[in-house]
Parts: sequence; structure tokens; C-alpha cells
Amino acid sequence: MTTLDERPAADNPTVERSTPLVSAGAITSEGGQELRSRSEISQKALMRESGSVLRLSESAAAALADVANDVDEDQTMIINMGPQHPSTHGVLRLMLELQGETVLRCKPIIGYLHTGMEKTGETLSFMQGGTNMTRMDYLSPLNNELVFSLATEKLLGIDGDIPERAQWMRMLLSELNRMSSHLLFMATNGMDLGAVSMMLYGWREREQVLRFFQKVTGLRMNHNFIRPGGVAADLPAGWRDDVLALLDMLPERLAEYEVLMTGQPIWRERLQGVGVITQSEAIALAATGPILRSTGLAWDLRKDLPYLMYDEVEFDVVVGLHGDAYDRYAIRLYEIRESMRIVRQILDKMPSGNFRIQNKKVTPPPRGRIDESMEALIHHFKIFTEGFKVPAGEVYVSIESPRGEVGCYIVSDGSSVPYRLHVRAPSFVNVQCLPHMMRGGLVADAVAVISSIDPVLGEVDR
Amino acid sequence: MTSTEVTGAVSSGVTVHDSLGQRVLFVDKSVYVATITNLYADGFTMCIDLTAVDYLALENRLLPAGVVAQRFEIVVNLLSLAQRKRVRVRVQIADGESMPSLFDIHPSTEAMEREVFDMFGVAFDGHPDLTRILMPEDWDGHPLRKDYSTGRIPVQFKGAAS
Repeated sequence: MTTLDERPAADNPTVERSTPLVSAGAITSEGGQELRSRSEISQKALMRESGSVLRLSESAAAALADVANDVDEDQTMIINMGPQHPSTHGVLRLMLELQGETVLRCKPIIGYLHTGMEKTGETLSFMQGGTNMTRMDYLSPLNNELVFSLATEKLLGIDGDIPERAQWMRMLLSELNRMSSHLLFMATNGMDLGAVSMMLYGWREREQVLRFFQKVTGLRMNHNFIRPGGVAADLPAGWRDDVLALLDMLPERLAEYEVLMTGQPIWRERLQGVGVITQSEAIALAATGPILRSTGLAWDLRKDLPYLMYDEVEFDVVVGLHGDAYDRYAIRLYEIRESMRIVRQILDKMPSGNFRIQNKKVTPPPRGRIDESMEALIHHFKIFTEGFKVPAGEVYVSIESPRGEVGCYIVSDGSSVPYRLHVRAPSFVNVQCLPHMMRGGLVADAVAVISSIDPVLGEVDR
Repeated sequence: MTSTEVTGAVSSGVTVHDSLGQRVLFVDKSVYVATITNLYADGFTMCIDLTAVDYLALENRLLPAGVVAQRFEIVVNLLSLAQRKRVRVRVQIADGESMPSLFDIHPSTEAMEREVFDMFGVAFDGHPDLTRILMPEDWDGHPLRKDYSTGRIPVQFKGAAS
């Protein structure tokens, strides 16, 4: 461990020490991030890495004593899993302490995909911020744009004036995005567990949904379509038929998944009882989404703290019973069906009207006006170069993304650029469950456990 | 349970504020842990988020009367599942000050406090494993500080033979 001051200047000759660009940092001394041997770490860190979450009574602790915690270090081995491992969903690196094939401790080491997106967010205006947000959780970009837009609108004080059509369109896209994200989970979960053909099927169905997104937004991913004030454009002609075609195609395919996976004894053997987490542990670890619901708690922000028009549609919150990897798989499969149910209601209820707020402060003029009006041209130019000013204040808004609660905390100083943009990424928090779910399991099950969390590393590292 | 009951237990050092319809508690650092413990007892059992803001470039910000502005602010978002309510706790701390860790009350803050430490250089006392989480472990500086400029930081090559 070296502090900033102690490090010799020769360490990094490109940094000119005479003009310190980095004023801060000397107050801390950073330790290693890796999993260290038991003799080198504190009791608290050891407990943490072995997955202890709650304070237990002595009898409850004795019941858990099937996995020894006072093992001889000669009998254990610390290995790396990742960052380059096909089942780590990108660049998640886990360090595991093994005794034979049993996992005793686990430590997720993240940051390999860190690109400073929260810092970037402080340089992009509220108009441009969506392009940054959409790239965090790249499997549910529309939900990320949505939470950013909702937070910005709340700061602007226009959150009650968003036209109904825009709100229903946002819901339509959000639910379709949930379906595409869960379909990709089906694919990767299948692949991680050896059902390789499932990867092709899941990917194929997801591509159908993305094709619809491409038609609506112009892009398969990273749309920047949901913007403060509404959405970027109206739905294209024939959108209803496209959605209906999706809804007609999917039930049959989902039934095929059930045959391929749910009904298979091998599939059940690999998932049932693996990576178990209890409800109190999930709450203590602030796990949200399918992980929390797999423990039997019906907590879904769409139902419990409704946003958009979710209180006007009927759907069920799918919960599990055992908190294991199988429940999390089944919840996501059934959530696809629930999303389809919501989408059908949206098709019936989609109102006509504006797709964005008619507030000149945040809304650029229609394209046609620019050719004929100098004022419209200036307005368009100003809004896309300078952006719009947002009143000073701070706000936290959260919605239910496919992975759990995605939150957006924005501090505005009254300018057109956020002073601070923080994203509460569900995967970042959910990954903390790994040491707990892994404890006492087999190495082979580690893959199933990672997969059942469904982490997106773009959002873990941001 | 109302907010007045929440603050009644530790009345001094807590200022209740409304920010765009969201309940915010400005809490003095000395009663930070006590307030979070009380809120836990009141049902706010889930620590959804913990982050920080560096107010270096925004000295004249609006704060309720009685709250002394400091450079950093720790922002904790708590959630009550039973009451379907959120509360936000904001604590002012000066540069170089450390915060007590919430790990013993909310184990979920482990990664979040490490992130704040990594990005802002705010240390948390009593955290089991306070190391950098997103940046490499031998990185210089804390990127989300406002005096950590973008675009002018030389690329740091670590461990390469010169």
C-alpha cells in the first residue's frame, strides 16, 4: 500500500508533479481489491466474503455451520473466475476460495468496464444526457432513458403536463424492452447451463423485438428516444400490426422454452436449490427485481409506487417461493407473459394526441417549421446547442427496470447541465448478493448463480 | 408514523425538508447513525442508495435554515417496503472528514460506500473492506471530485516497465 505522497515520481514520468491536477487523494491509502488469504483480513471482511448478511442467534448460526469457516488454509485454494470467462456476462471477475469443489468465499471484483459515465453526465446537457444514460444498462436502454427523463421533468416541474400519448408510448416501449431483456436472459441462462440451442432461440426472439425498436426509433439499441418532455417521434404507420405480430409469435415460442427447459429434469436439477437467498437477506442487501421477488415478496415499483399509467393496467406481480436460481428463471419467464398482457392493454388504450409536451422551453420546433421560419430555426439551434435551463434542486426518481430498481439522482444548479448525475444501478447492488448465494455451493453452480442475477456489466461499472 | 416522530427521537441535528414533494432529512454528522437506526426501527429497512455530491463549485446552494453547508454531501436513500415510502438523508461533511459506515445496519451499503470512497475520497470508519471498487487500486485521485478535471488527466500506465 502506497499513498499518493509516498509514491516516487519516477513511477509515472508523464505526470508533472509541479502542477498537481489532482488535488485530492492523499488522505486515503488504498488497499488491494483482490481476495486475500484469511490471515490477512479482518473478521468482518471474512464474514462479508463468506456471505454473512444478518446477525443470527447462536442456534440459527449453528444450523448454518455445514460449511466450515475455520478451515486450514493449506486445504483451500483461491482461484480467479473471469474477467474473461464466457459465463461472466462481460467482464465480471470473481475470486473464489475453494475447498475441493466447494465455494467457501467469493469476492466480486468490478470496474473493468468503468468509463466514468457519471462524470461524463456532468458535461452533457439535459438534452444530451439521454445518450449517456441509454448506454449504461445496454439491455434495457429505454428504461434508463425513461428514468432520466422522469427525473428531469420533475426538476422542470412539468411532470404533470406530459401528454397521455407520450406516457402510453413510454409504457409500450418500456414493457417491450422488459420482454427483450428477459428474452436475452433466457438465451444466456440457457447457454450458461449447457442448453446451447436456447441461446439461438432467445436471441432470435429478442431480435424480433429489436426490429420493432428499429422501426420506431431508428436504432436497435441506445435509442435516446424517450426524452425530457415526451418521446422523440410519433409511432410509425403500421406499428399496431407489428406489435400484434410480436404478441402472436411469442406465446408459442415461450411454450417451446418450457419444453426445452422448464420441463427438463436436468434443468431443474441444475437450478433448484442453487443460489438460495432468504427474504430478509435480500432486503438487507437491497436486492431488487426478480431476486427480491424470488423470495416471495411481491415488490414491484410498477405496482407499489406506480409511475406513468401503470395504475390503469392490470397485471400480476410474479413471485417465487424458494429464492433459488430456478425461481428467478421462472419469474423472468412469466414476466414476459405479464408484459405481453400489459402491451395488449396498451394497444387498446393508446390515445391520440401529442407525443411530446408543447412547451417551447424543452420541445424543439417541428422540422417543417424550420424551413419557413427564422425564429423556429433559431429556436431549434439554441435548444440543440445550449439545451434548456433546469431550475436548481435535487431529485431522486426510480422505476422498475428488468433487473430491479433503477434510480436517477440529479442535482441541478440552474444551468442546462446537471451538476451531479448519479444512477442507482440495480446490477451494481445485486452483484453484492453473489458471495451470499455462492457460499457452500459447487464451482459448477457458480455459473448458474451468476447467470440468475442477470448482471449487466455496463451498468455495474458505469 | 410521521416525519415528526422520526425526528423526535433525535430532535437536535435533524432538519426536515421537502424537495419537490420528496421528504429529505438534513442530518448532522453526529446523529447520522442514530437517525438511520431510528429510521430502521420505523420501517425504513432497505438502504436503496448511498452516494455523494461534491459542492465545491456550488457554494451558494439553497439549504434550509440551520444547516451549515460543507463541501461534500452524503446522500442516503432509504425505502420502507411496508409503508411504500422513501426518505432521503443528506449529511454535510468537510473535505478530509470521514463518515461512520452504515454497514452494520445496512449490509447493502458495502459496495456503495466503497464507490463513494473511490470516487470522492470520503473514508468510512468501520467499513469491512474500504478499497477502491471501480478504479484500479493504485489510481491517483478521486474522479468525481469537482477539482478533478476531465480531459487533462494524463493516461496512467501502471506496472509497465519503463
